Amino acid sequence: MRRRGLLALLGAAPVSALMGGCAAPSAPPVPPVQATGTGDLGVVVERARGTLAVVNTSKRTLLGEIGDLGDLSHASVVFSRDGGTAYVFGRDGALSKVNLMTQRVEARLQQAGNSIGGAISQDGTLVAAQNYTPGGIKVFDAQTLALVADIPAEYAPGKLSRVVGLADLPGQRFIFSLFDAGAIWIVDLSSRTLPLVTKLEGIGNQPYDALVTPDGRHYIAGLFGEDGLTLVDLWDEVPTARRILAGYGRGEQALPVYKMPHLRGWAVAGRHAYLPAIGRHEVLVVDTASWQEVDRIPVAGQPVFVIARPDARQVWVNFAVPDYDRVQVIDTVSRRIVRTLEPGKAVLHMEFTPRGEAVWISSRDANRVSVIDTQRFETLATLDIDAPSGVFFTSRAARMGF
Amino acid sequence: MEQGVRTSALLLSLLGLQAAVAQGVPAARQFELVRMVRQDCGSCHGMRLTGGLGPALTREALADKPPSSLAATIFHGRPGTPMPGWRAMLSEAEAQWIAEQLAAGFPEERRSAQ
Repeated sequence: MRRRGLLALLGAAPVSALMGGCAAPSAPPVPPVQATGTGDLGVVVERARGTLAVVNTSKRTLLGEIGDLGDLSHASVVFSRDGGTAYVFGRDGALSKVNLMTQRVEARLQQAGNSIGGAISQDGTLVAAQNYTPGGIKVFDAQTLALVADIPAEYAPGKLSRVVGLADLPGQRFIFSLFDAGAIWIVDLSSRTLPLVTKLEGIGNQPYDALVTPDGRHYIAGLFGEDGLTLVDLWDEVPTARRILAGYGRGEQALPVYKMPHLRGWAVAGRHAYLPAIGRHEVLVVDTASWQEVDRIPVAGQPVFVIARPDARQVWVNFAVPDYDRVQVIDTVSRRIVRTLEPGKAVLHMEFTPRGEAVWISSRDANRVSVIDTQRFETLATLDIDAPSGVFFTSRAARMGF
Repeated sequence: MEQGVRTSALLLSLLGLQAAVAQGVPAARQFELVRMVRQDCGSCHGMRLTGGLGPALTREALADKPPSSLAATIFHGRPGTPMPGWRAMLSEAEAQWIAEQLAAGFPEERRSAQ
């Protein structure tokens, strides 16, 4: 009861205004307590307006909006480990540090000309941005956004590669792929003044995105320029890249890919990884013990996101234009599609609540986010949000690779 | 003649696509194409067409590219790169219209009309 009142207030008032009301009357002085926890907060990117909508995933309500964040087409977000701060990586190279409790922008800097996302270190002290222009990564202090390391992806003299597939690794490490160079680099920032870069060359043609498995052991990069993916076992003494699922297209003419799939937001479900095929309307299922293909599941279009429900019983898939009005659900026991949903035109992203009883789906052209029960597939709520794209919940703060 | 058509297409784009027809592409379809370029092409080229995995498509960036070659890239794609051919979703005339608009500085989306 009390919590609800505070939450409702939070939408309109800065936290400082709430502090006075928290101490009980005639009790000894108590330290100010936070008005609410952050575990059921999240943000939705309003890509066209350059605004973040702050949401509560338990009450399924919009708490407020944070504007003037620049070009948020393809924006992505990582969270501080207390879940109270969102780091927003804009397409225009801006990095914004946003306080979800006060709904204020605490720091903001123009760190590149064209950026594609970012990551936060295991201990939450470093934030890294992956950039197309200038190609490379930049690492910042998570508190102050002061630059810690600038690592241009210079793969040949004067040539910088666009960077994709950035992920955090255990330790003060980040891993990423070089689209233009067919390389994977691992940066160790144990020493902030002396970053160590390990370079794996010849990993395959045009890596377009990558993921790290939930245990932080394996890094998988999808390849656009060839049939297959690349795997790195990070527990090896000397990590190397090897090809998996090579030739999954079986030499057949590839279908046009109108949007690149995303691999972050992995679908590692039990012992199997579910991965989008490129140029084929299929989800590939690979055994993470042997890294052999065990199945392929025909789906409604070119998969973009292939995401496991947190309990791994289901995998949800959305698609590239022109098939992006649909979402399909794969049952991981039978490995077949059990449901096709049409939550609204131009589905761009899906995010599960922390334990997966519901999924939030953004439909850009419907200007709507739908909250759907993952057992019964009923729509529990819809939120009017302008041209929504990415949906990010603070539970990501506790997950590796997010 | 060709020059005349091109000039009028440019003028139409400057007028905010208010004319009913430009090069045989009806106004309602033009609206869809503008949205498609901004939103769907934008996933690689950026909603503001300033580039991403795909190159920038601003007027300045395309200054030395003849619209006819842009139209061919839109329609047929560019082998060896992630640029697909869009012929399943566009006619050649529509690809040409998009190319002309890009070369002239692409129109903003009018969001209210929907």
